[in-house]
Amino acid sequence: MPSIPRFILALALAAACGAAHAALGVFATVPEWAALSQELGGDKVRVYCATSPLQDPHHVQARPSLIARARTADLVVATGAELEVGWLPLVLQQAGNDKVQPGSPGYFEATSVVALLGKPTRLDRAEGDVHPQGDPHIQGDPRNVARVAAALSQRLQQLDPADAAYFQSRYRDFSSRWNAAIAKWEQEAAPLKGVPIVVQHKGFTYLEAWLGLKEVAALEPKPGMEPTTSHLAEVLATLQRQPAKMVVHAAYQSDQASEWLGERAKIRVVMLPFTVGGTDGAKDLFGFYQDTIERLLKGAA
Amino acid sequence: MHRRMLAALAWALALTCGPNAWAASDAELDQIRAQIQDLKRSYEARIKALEERLDAAEAEAAAAKAAAEKAQAAPPPVAQAPAPSAPAAGASPTRGLAAFNPAISAILNGQYANLSQDPNRWRMAGFLQGGDVGPGKRGFSLGESELAFSANVDPLFSGSLIFSITPEDTVSVEEAYGILKGAPFDAVPKFGRFFSGLGYLNEQHNHVWDFTDAPLAYQAFLGGQYQQNGVQLTWVAPTDQYLMLGGEVGNGDAFPGTDRNKNGAGSGVVFARTGGDVGDSHSWLAGVSYLQTGAGSREDTIPDASGNPALVGFSGRSRLWNASFVWKWAPHGDPHYTNFKLQGEYFWRREDGDLEVFPAGAVSSTTAPYTSRQAGGYIQGIYQFMPLWRFGLRYDRLDPGTVDYGANAVFLTPSSFHPERSTAMLDWSPSEFSRVRLQFGQAKVSPGFTDNEWYLQYILSLGAHGAHIF
Repeated sequence: MPSIPRFILALALAAACGAAHAALGVFATVPEWAALSQELGGDKVRVYCATSPLQDPHHVQARPSLIARARTADLVVATGAELEVGWLPLVLQQAGNDKVQPGSPGYFEATSVVALLGKPTRLDRAEGDVHPQGDPHIQGDPRNVARVAAALSQRLQQLDPADAAYFQSRYRDFSSRWNAAIAKWEQEAAPLKGVPIVVQHKGFTYLEAWLGLKEVAALEPKPGMEPTTSHLAEVLATLQRQPAKMVVHAAYQSDQASEWLGERAKIRVVMLPFTVGGTDGAKDLFGFYQDTIERLLKGAA
Repeated sequence: MHRRMLAALAWALALTCGPNAWAASDAELDQIRAQIQDLKRSYEARIKALEERLDAAEAEAAAAKAAAEKAQAAPPPVAQAPAPSAPAAGASPTRGLAAFNPAISAILNGQYANLSQDPNRWRMAGFLQGGDVGPGKRGFSLGESELAFSANVDPLFSGSLIFSITPEDTVSVEEAYGILKGAPFDAVPKFGRFFSGLGYLNEQHNHVWDFTDAPLAYQAFLGGQYQQNGVQLTWVAPTDQYLMLGGEVGNGDAFPGTDRNKNGAGSGVVFARTGGDVGDSHSWLAGVSYLQTGAGSREDTIPDASGNPALVGFSGRSRLWNASFVWKWAPHGDPHYTNFKLQGEYFWRREDGDLEVFPAGAVSSTTAPYTSRQAGGYIQGIYQFMPLWRFGLRYDRLDPGTVDYGANAVFLTPSSFHPERSTAMLDWSPSEFSRVRLQFGQAKVSPGFTDNEWYLQYILSLGAHGAHIF
């Protein structure tokens, strides 16, 4: 008896048995959707997150591990709006997994259910790294997460009808806790309304819109371009006319430029988690907003 | 009118879909209220978006399609989910017929070269050359400019076309392939003309290379880059450990093979790659591949035993093995501020057949059996020491191995010289779409021939956003 066919048979059997009652494999591009998928899917999903919270989501490479995980995924949860344009299409093409190609039920884009802000008025690369469809960093506003949760839960139910009731009840539970949390956060963040801030990267559009923060300036001369000394000097001049309370940067960014400005403009430098896991406090979705608000309140005090 | 109806519907939905907690406490009622508020907000937003979409649709019937397709390389053929508040509706930059335009990108590539030796005399001692080898032109020259189109063709196929425009004003088709989507077993079949999956660097276009020129081993064994006219099948194993297997058959007309005017496959390639992450900050990729092809009168002019040029033609079988390794480091996986990449490849080649030799001044040729076993490789490291700036070193070395000229040993003597080259480069990339590079290399490719090669190169990319290959 030749050993190779037997080996292949054994492999095929193992694969068939594994597929029969496995948890839904979720490939999330960023930690916030990984956390949300886990909240909604419980132990019926197996979540893999493609990026670390300390990684700039714009700059990701189509690493071998990502291709392998996309190959075995049943559902890809992406942000969309071109956030992942530099790597996800390549990963999906190389993985060849037919279930998760754009357009199939196994491909979900969070921005498809959210009205995007910050649509560029001028579509030109001379404006830096602009996102033609609008700002993709929708996780700044928890109300967006609520919208995404509703659609994502539906998608889970569609992909795994056998566990639909389970996903429904998890969604209901999450949704009620989430809405209560939003109400609480909005109350706590009330003093932040109208507070002027400077941002390092224009990645907080939704957070500002939600809490009523006022963005006075950005340290990056154009989105995605490193702050230059001449631009920082301009920002400093702006702050003399229009003072801000704090300068805000994401955990994945170097604080150099922010510290430089904070020191000279005598304002606080606030690091925000930007996503789940960005700071110790932001260990889950709830902690992410709680920590963000606490840090902003400290900055504004 | 519509608005009110939809709002009523939304309320009805909200009431029926709400949690079944009618005997609820005050706290629970508050929660339900908050939920309904949220639902109301979301439905209002949806209704508003729907109205906007309706307006847009009336204004221009094609706009809806334009928004759905977004004219991108991989547009979803079906609209995303229920997409109630489809944000881009009516606001997409392309409309109508343009909505189906493929993603287009152009690469502008040019250089200034200062070469201490005459590039026409540049050759790797002991190796039969072919394809596109050498340090290029002296002075200012346009590098290879590139024009690329890609799009989904229909639900079954996607396609790519990449032209290369050389400084000599000739246009060549660098790649032109289709990919069959949704193939059985999640395999990815590719057909047409494409860069072979052989080795690591071969599939990458020269504008993404970390150095201006190809490693010596690529020049010696593949004539620069190995292009395949044929079909390729790749398959990624459904395991958490990345394992990719691939195979190709092609007509084999590219160096080290030649067009042999025959039916069937002229060349075959098999390759396997594996890789993964080590912690948050390290990732790696390793591969092995094998190419088998054949040549019929593959011509080259090499110096004979007395240093005069002799025209030679190789006919026979050429087999090439490759092992490659890439290791990347980026703190927490974020390469933005600093990162390091170590990359190395090694080739082994065996050629068996006949060599026809036309010694200088001879009136007839002699043909005798020929065997060669040669090898070579490179290792390079690229360090991004601060945002936008990278520094790199590369070392190339070829092993002339053993060459048996048979009866032609009267005219030709095997070389024992090891061609080598050391290169350093510094590049600056103000954005993802532009790069300026200064490179210096010292190439000792044949005895007594040391070429000091300076390059100043620019690479500008226009149009569609390319993907970052690992």
